[in-house]
Order: sequence, then C-alpha cells, then structure tokens
Amino acid sequence: MSAFAYVDGIGVLGPGFGGWPDAAAVLNGENAYAPTATILPTPQLLPPAERRRTGRVVKLALAVALETVARADLNPAGTASVFSSSGGDGHNCHEICAALAEPSREISPTRFSNSVHNAAAGYWSIATGAMAPSNVLCAFDASFAAGLLEALAQVSADGRSVLMIAYDTEYPAPLHDKRPIPDAFAIGLLLSPARSRASLGSIAATLTDAVAETLSEPALESLRMAIPAARGLPLLRRFALREGGATVLDYLEDTRVHVQIESWR
Amino acid sequence: MNPLLLKSFTATSCIGAGNAQTRESLQRGRSGLAPCGFETVRLDTYVGEVAGVDAQSLPPALQTYDCRNNRLAELALRQDRFLEEVAAAAHRWGRGRIGVFIGTSTSGILQTELAYRERAPDSGELPRDFHYGATHNSFSIADYVRRRCELSGPAAAVSCACASSAKVFASAQRMIEAGLIDAAVVGGVDSLCLTTLYGFHSLQLTSHSPCRPFDRSRDGISIGEAAAFALLERVPDAPADDAVLLLGVGESSDAHHISSPHPEGLGARLAMQAALTSAALAPEAIDYINLHGTATPSNDRSESQAVSGVFGPNLVCSSTKGATGHTLGAAGALEAVICAISLQAELLPGGTGTRDVDPQLTARYLTENRRFPARRVLSNSFGFGGANCSLIFGLPG
Repeated sequence: MSAFAYVDGIGVLGPGFGGWPDAAAVLNGENAYAPTATILPTPQLLPPAERRRTGRVVKLALAVALETVARADLNPAGTASVFSSSGGDGHNCHEICAALAEPSREISPTRFSNSVHNAAAGYWSIATGAMAPSNVLCAFDASFAAGLLEALAQVSADGRSVLMIAYDTEYPAPLHDKRPIPDAFAIGLLLSPARSRASLGSIAATLTDAVAETLSEPALESLRMAIPAARGLPLLRRFALREGGATVLDYLEDTRVHVQIESWR
Repeated sequence: MNPLLLKSFTATSCIGAGNAQTRESLQRGRSGLAPCGFETVRLDTYVGEVAGVDAQSLPPALQTYDCRNNRLAELALRQDRFLEEVAAAAHRWGRGRIGVFIGTSTSGILQTELAYRERAPDSGELPRDFHYGATHNSFSIADYVRRRCELSGPAAAVSCACASSAKVFASAQRMIEAGLIDAAVVGGVDSLCLTTLYGFHSLQLTSHSPCRPFDRSRDGISIGEAAAFALLERVPDAPADDAVLLLGVGESSDAHHISSPHPEGLGARLAMQAALTSAALAPEAIDYINLHGTATPSNDRSESQAVSGVFGPNLVCSSTKGATGHTLGAAGALEAVICAISLQAELLPGGTGTRDVDPQLTARYLTENRRFPARRVLSNSFGFGGANCSLIFGLPG
C-alpha cells in the first residue's frame, strides 16, 4: 500500500540555492551548480524579542516554511506541520555542553529553552499563529524520508494538508569532527489530500529495499550525501524537470522509500 | 480513528522496573523521588533516578550505542516479556511491517556532556571513543530499539520536548491507518543528564522538595527518568475483557511562547477536544484524567482551566509525577502505561506528594487512591515549544 499526496508547494534554501526557482534551474540542468555559503534571512515574522533569541536552525526552517506556503498560496495558521531535522541546533548545543564542562555549570535559560529539538516548530507556530498539530522528528541521516513518511501518513490518515520541512545546520568544532555537516540546507513540501490550482503534481510512497537514486552532477551528489535534508534532492529534480517517473530516496540502512511521481507543470 | 490494541506494554521508572512493581508502588502511593545525588550534580533538588541503570549492559553487537539512555531502554525492554512479544509480532507481520517510534527530549546527550570534560587541552578535540550518532543524537534511542528488536520497518525519534512520547502513539496510529505498517513499537526514553538538571534550574522551575502537583504550595518540578514501551496492533475481532485499547489521539500547538504554556490552556483544550473527536466520545464518557501536572505554578493553573473548560468541575484527575518525577520526553509513554495499569487494576491513582490542593484550581484533584472500574481514561502531555498531545485509553465495549 502506498501513501499518496498532491504537492502544492516547494521551498529550498541551501549552499547556492536562495529558493526553489534557483534550485529548480540547477536541478533541471539549465544552470550550473555554483555552491556558495547559505544565506539565512532574519525571521521578520517573529516578534523582535523572539527574533533576537533564535539561532541558525530556526532561521533556516522558518525561511523555507515561508517560501513553501507562499508558493502554495496557503494561510499557514490552519495547516498541520512536520519538522524533521537530523540534529537540531549544534551551536546552541555546543554552548550548553561547554558551559556544563566549566566548574560553575551556569547555562543560559534562553539557551536551554531553545535547546529543544522542536524549537523551530514552536517558533513557526508563534510566528504564524498556527495552533494545528505539529510533529518534530529526528532520524539522523534518514531524517528527510522519515519526515516525508510522517507527513504522507498524516495526509492519508487524517485527510488534511501538511507542511513538511526537512532542515539541517552545521555543528561547530569540536562536534563538527564527529558530525561534519558543512552548511545549512532545507527542503519544504506542502502536501495535500486533494488536487487544487496550486498542485504541481503528486507523489506516492512505498518502502523498498532498492538502492537510492544518486545525482549525476558530482557537486550536487556531494551535497546530497553531506547534508541529510539534501537526500530529498532526487525527488525535487523530478519536479524541476516537470517529468513524472519514479525515484528511490535514501532512508535507513536496510530500507529506502520508493516514490512514484506525477509532475504536470 | 480506528482503535488500536496495546498488545503488550511495560514501564520502568523510579517507582519500579516493570509493570508489577509500578502497580504496587501506585497501590501503596509510594514516591521514588530522592535528594539528587546524580553524577557530580550539586543541586538542591529531588530526582527520580532509576536503580540499576549504570550496571545494565547492552548486547555485544550494540556496544557503540552504550550510554545511560540506551542502558535505561535495555533495562525496560527486558521487563514484562516485552522483547518476546515483539519477536512474536515480527513473526506474525514480518520485520519490515513493524514501525519504531520513540519519544525523547535529550536522548544520550549525557555522553557529550562527559566528552566535553575530556576535550584535548591543546586542540579541543573530543575523545576518540565518543560516538555522536549512536549516543547523543536523538535518533540513537529509536535506532537502538529497532536493532535490539531486530525490526526493519520505518523508524523515527519524535522530539517535541515533554509531549514527545505521547505523540509517538499518533505517529504510529497514522502509519498503521495509512497501511504502511501493521504494528508499531512505540515508547519514550529520557534519562538524567546535566542539560536538563541545570537547564530547568536556570529557569527556576525545579523544586527544592519532592514536587507537589496541584498543591497550594507547589513550587516546581522534580526531574525523573523513565523508559516505557507499547506494542500497538489493530484490534482483533474478540479482544480480551481486560485488553487496553488506544481510542483517541489529539494534538495541538499553543502558538504562544517557547517555554511557558498559554495562560488559559487554550492549546491544551484543543488537544483534549481533538482526542475526544478522534475517539468519537463525549466528555462525559471519560472517567479519569492522568494530568500533565508538572507542579509549576503556571503549568498546573493553565491545565486546570483547560480541564474544567472541557470536562466541567466534576471529573476526577491526578498527576503521577509526585511519584515518578517529570520524566520529560518519556512522560507520555510512562503515563500511558500507568493509564493501562489503572484500567486493568481498577485503580485511580491519587496524586502522591500533594497534601493541600490549591483551591484556585477548579479541576477535581484526587489526593488518595480510589478503587473504581474506569472504562475510559485520558492522559495529557504538554511541552516546551507549545506542543500538546492528549491520548484516550479504554477497555473494550
């Protein structure tokens, strides 16, 4: 049995990608991939007090979420969301662990509040007034597919639209040696149970033990492998090419996700 | 929603390893909270530490996963024949048709806290034997449980702070409903670490005494640790009379503040109403609520307003955190198992540690155990970030 949804919006932010149009033009071969450091916009949507407290991971997730709902022409307040990140806020985590290694062990209450893995989801709900359910996952390198399956199951079981955001940021030294994520990258998908004017196509997912599809352009393939959220790029490539077909997305060691795609604009 | 069967369940916390000890502690109103002597922590607070975690070993093939959180999971998985029940389910459905969804807030972060003390003086490098992915990362716990149970279906850690392991029931329910899996191992595991002990202290949210939910003099939480698991399947045609079913799930977001609840409990109300809708039940059908009841002044006030708003002033409720402490990301699953035990033992647990119920809180708080054959109970879990989840459990019929 497969889990099915229409795709009503796509958002992307990452090295060399300022949004979905940038990424689409590279993925469909129109432009060469020219990676530059990811630029994260300040989340203007948040009240100033909250804006000051947010780290890179929140800025990244909010920016991609905003792009995704804007492209789907949707009011986010009533939309359920799934946030999936392979590790949360590494900079904040580093500061806390460094402080806890000092004799005084004094950690900042703001840092502690922001250390929850669901910080980005919390700030998204504060920024948009969304009181709809929000789930927040982590599946290490499998986080993109885990988020996609959770979102598709919600669309299918609950019959409602779901905003899915997969997002990762780099860890600073010394954690960086143990978890060498090079930069910030995120993908957003707005998934719906019914076709609308915004629909770009549809996806249907099943579990498989087939191997994951790779990207032929070496720089894109190294991005796909370096940042867990970028494991979703082969799916986005189909939408960039406006062609249907199938792809296999990386997931767990012994399980991958087969996605059948219809793309009509 | 279509109800699901809790085919097997187990809980390990400071009030006992496994269901029999947990039930006995609930029957005796025993608290497991004690002055904090964890690791090198010097804080004037009480904690709910599980006995025997340090001595628990992991199977040789899973040694890279070795950390306090996974040891606690291993200790809990060995109770109540849970591993055997999962193995039987894998035989019934196939290993790839069983999902694993585990809630945690801090996973094995203690391992990183300890590693930071061992950084190389010159380079700042972390010790060579420190495994970030297998210990600290939130997914470590779900990965460990999946490998330990020899399953190959979908898996994820759910990390929505203190609502994490209530939400795993919702994730599993949807994935079964969508037909991607036939069964799921769900649970919650959180263990003591410096981040939460010093973090809640920095927010002035920990009590110097054992916590007293809903008490007039309540002044903060006692942090606990726990691991609790359930095996979920579709309900068979003729379930046993004492089979425990998941009847409803309800979730919401506060959209209010990152670390304080909505003052009138608006998000909590939405979650409880959504759970009732999902179970197709009227508020009158609920016999008892296991509250989130953390014992901070604002949390209990907000939850009490929400409960009275949805259920009126007469529904009995209590928080079991006076016995177990607040087990954070494990609280949802621990309290789900406590609800299952309450249904089977016909026991509504009184809130341990609470003596003088705050008259300003309008919900009808139980301070003594009550023998009552409840049919349907609701459990609340709310977390930082404004994550809310309510679950409804019941007996068949």
